[in-house]
Amino acid sequence: MVDVSKGGTPGGSVNLTKGQGINLQKSDGGTLTAVRMGLGWQAAPRRGLFGSRTREIDLDASAVLFADKQPVDVVFFRHLVSDDGSVRHTGDNLVGGVGQGGDDEAILVDLPRVPVHIDQIVFTVNSFTGQTFQEVQNAFCRLVDEANGDELARYTLDGGGQYTAQIMAKVHRVGAGWRMTALGTPANGRTFQDLMPAILPHL
Amino acid sequence: MTAELVRGQNHPLSQVHLEVRISAGAPIVAGATIGDERGKVHGVEWVAHPGAPTLPGLEVSRQAAADHRLAVDLGAMPDSVHRVSVLLALPSGVGGPVHFGAVAAPFVAVTGLDGTEVASYTITGLEAESAVVALELYRRQDAWKVRAIGQGYAGGLAELLADQGLPEARSLADTINEAVSRAHSRSVAPPPPRTPDSDRTRRTASPAPAQSASPYTAQGPQDTPAPGTSDQAPSVVQGGQGGPAPAQPSSPYGAEGAQNTPAQAGRPDVSPPAGRAGEAAPPGTSTTGGPVDYSHPGRRTAAPPPAPPTAPPARPGQPARPVAGDATGWSMDERLYNQVWGMFEDLARTVAAYRSAVDFADSRLEQEIDRALADPRNRLGGPGDGAREAARAKHSQLVDQARAALDRDLAQLIAEAEVVEPALPLAYARWDSPVWHGYRVPMEMPMALRLGDLRLPESVALNIPMLVRLPLERGLWIDSGGESLDGSVVDSGELRRLAMDTAVTHAARLLAVHPAGEFAVHVIDPAGAGALSLAPLVRAGVLAGPPAAGAAGVADVLGRLTQRVDLVQMALRAGAADSLPPDLDTAQQLLIVNDFPHGFDDRAVTRLRYLADEGPAVGVHLMMVADREDAAAYGPLLDPLWRSLMRLTPVPDDHLADPWVGHAWTYEPLAVPHGSQVLQQVLDQVAAARRSWNR
Repeated sequence: MVDVSKGGTPGGSVNLTKGQGINLQKSDGGTLTAVRMGLGWQAAPRRGLFGSRTREIDLDASAVLFADKQPVDVVFFRHLVSDDGSVRHTGDNLVGGVGQGGDDEAILVDLPRVPVHIDQIVFTVNSFTGQTFQEVQNAFCRLVDEANGDELARYTLDGGGQYTAQIMAKVHRVGAGWRMTALGTPANGRTFQDLMPAILPHL
Repeated sequence: MTAELVRGQNHPLSQVHLEVRISAGAPIVAGATIGDERGKVHGVEWVAHPGAPTLPGLEVSRQAAADHRLAVDLGAMPDSVHRVSVLLALPSGVGGPVHFGAVAAPFVAVTGLDGTEVASYTITGLEAESAVVALELYRRQDAWKVRAIGQGYAGGLAELLADQGLPEARSLADTINEAVSRAHSRSVAPPPPRTPDSDRTRRTASPAPAQSASPYTAQGPQDTPAPGTSDQAPSVVQGGQGGPAPAQPSSPYGAEGAQNTPAQAGRPDVSPPAGRAGEAAPPGTSTTGGPVDYSHPGRRTAAPPPAPPTAPPARPGQPARPVAGDATGWSMDERLYNQVWGMFEDLARTVAAYRSAVDFADSRLEQEIDRALADPRNRLGGPGDGAREAARAKHSQLVDQARAALDRDLAQLIAEAEVVEPALPLAYARWDSPVWHGYRVPMEMPMALRLGDLRLPESVALNIPMLVRLPLERGLWIDSGGESLDGSVVDSGELRRLAMDTAVTHAARLLAVHPAGEFAVHVIDPAGAGALSLAPLVRAGVLAGPPAAGAAGVADVLGRLTQRVDLVQMALRAGAADSLPPDLDTAQQLLIVNDFPHGFDDRAVTRLRYLADEGPAVGVHLMMVADREDAAAYGPLLDPLWRSLMRLTPVPDDHLADPWVGHAWTYEPLAVPHGSQVLQQVLDQVAAARRSWNR
């Protein structure tokens, strides 16, 4: 696995900026079969009397599956596998990383098995415990080619502000293939349901 | 690489630190003699046996057990020792089998300390012998070798020892038997319980069941801890996995002797002698043997599958050709089980994808047509028609795409089913499978049982075997009411007969996949209405007793089974599983109830509910053949009973849901092909095996 703790971009990974998109193709031009959307974060140390104390922050990654702008399925910590089996959440992480910088939560997408009517998959992050992203550090979301572990794209959630959720990215059909677009829109909400109004403009 | 030896064959030993692992279907005594270069055993001090378990470089168990591990250090053998003979004997005077012909062929393996097998040998062909020299380790030009011997002695230990040149053979044999019967009051370790988990650990260690007593047998003073107290409990939980060991030979009543008896009750808190290590298990809590119970209390492997196989769901462009057993698992049995469940999940999800795409296409079509119609100008001709056309075209395009994806996945699953189905072992196979023609009574309970086939309307060509774990965790209810799926008129008498026929084939399959004597079937047929269907079971003589008729028969059978559940529960709670009465049948029990509630009074109904609730945990299972309407007079009182049972139907019916997306699957029981004698042949073999086992 690539070392991602320093926010570096090993290999051919693209460090995305807001609104930027990449085509999900292998470097050799073949189409990707499985991608993993990984999410990692650490709780920021608080300044204060016990400066070294960190608080546990529970960020949750979710994926909302849209068909023609209508949500048809959601993969999140209470529904870990989409009904069709093509999108799988690897499980809820309640506390985030302790500094290693690996993925704390991941959502696997088996692109060829995504049902034909699903044309967009939106990935979101929510702070379930209610802390704002100011209290989170080293948060990132990255897209990995699950077949070989290569990082395709990385998006860093910096500039943490007074919000509790972020719409990270979407993976959508373009012709016969897929494309990922970084969204990076801040929002507020405890779970993905709260974000629906904020997601819809991006479809 | 393991060498599987045949009688007389030898094999070099590269290590000096070895274990000899022995497993037999019944408790046996293991010992060893050491001899000089001419093979002569010079005296009693040259024999390691339960009464004197250690010799330099050699240690044997202090008690009879179905599994042994003898520690051997060839490097520590005195130079004068040229031969170590490992001998096995059936304990005498404890009510167990008296000749090896009545127990499973003993299996002996020489392993390294890490459990890797060097050589193994199955001692077959034993009949009237009650003692046998299993194998010998011998010195040949400063190197050690192992040779498979398998020499049996009908005269028992005394004859065996005399044959080795021991003058005091007779008295030593008596000493050994006395030591064994003393130890016997403490424990007789049955073959390890066959929970799925222990099955795994066992298989990793060695192909032989070498798990049960071994960690403890080599420690402690004269009075070894009694692993049987914790090890044995689960065997009763599982409803008497006592192996071919007849009728619970572990009765403590026969052999107290001079021994202090605390361990007999299996309570570590009752004045245990000093040095009772390893007794940490609180009574009644252990379910897997050993002091720590690693099993998750709420996670029983029930109808929802154990973790589906981890094979990646991806089926990339050019799928590999399917292979039977392509899933995780320790054994082929387990791999096929996981593969079938994997196919089940894949089919469920593939169809879910298809259905959701089609649903979406339908609803979008409806919306678009509504929108087109919303404008009054569009209602007639022109742009309205065009919009409708476009919407329909979008709809059919999406549906076609979805269908193509489904067909692609179905083709792959069908190809997989084509290789998996013929590879299925007995318990998973259809009745028309050739494996049933080569039927032999198995030595081990399988992991699961096929109760029928499941399919979805999208894939009528693809039947998924419905496998449930054994031992059954829920009772079965063969519904003799209602009507069939296709609405074909089956009159109620016909349906009742079909239901009973189905029950009989399920029961026959259960009997066939269990080793002889490990599964007993009782029948309650109050009015004799099921006599025709029951005929194959009755004729073959595989029932525990004739079908019980009338209210008295109902009360009698229920009373006996209730008492059994109660006794076993009490014993488990007290941690004293080995103090069950010796006549208690340790086999799993299946009670088939026909015509419920005919012949049942309130007391009998209450007992039946008790069995349904409490029975499965202690190996008493229920199979109701009933029409719920018949019991309508009870109102909602029996609803919990029906809910607690798994409903199966004698005709195809779509009432079973999968655990992932909840499709309604069409269940169809497995039918014996028309005119086939396979059921009768199998039952005859079961009956024959039972007779020879009872001998």
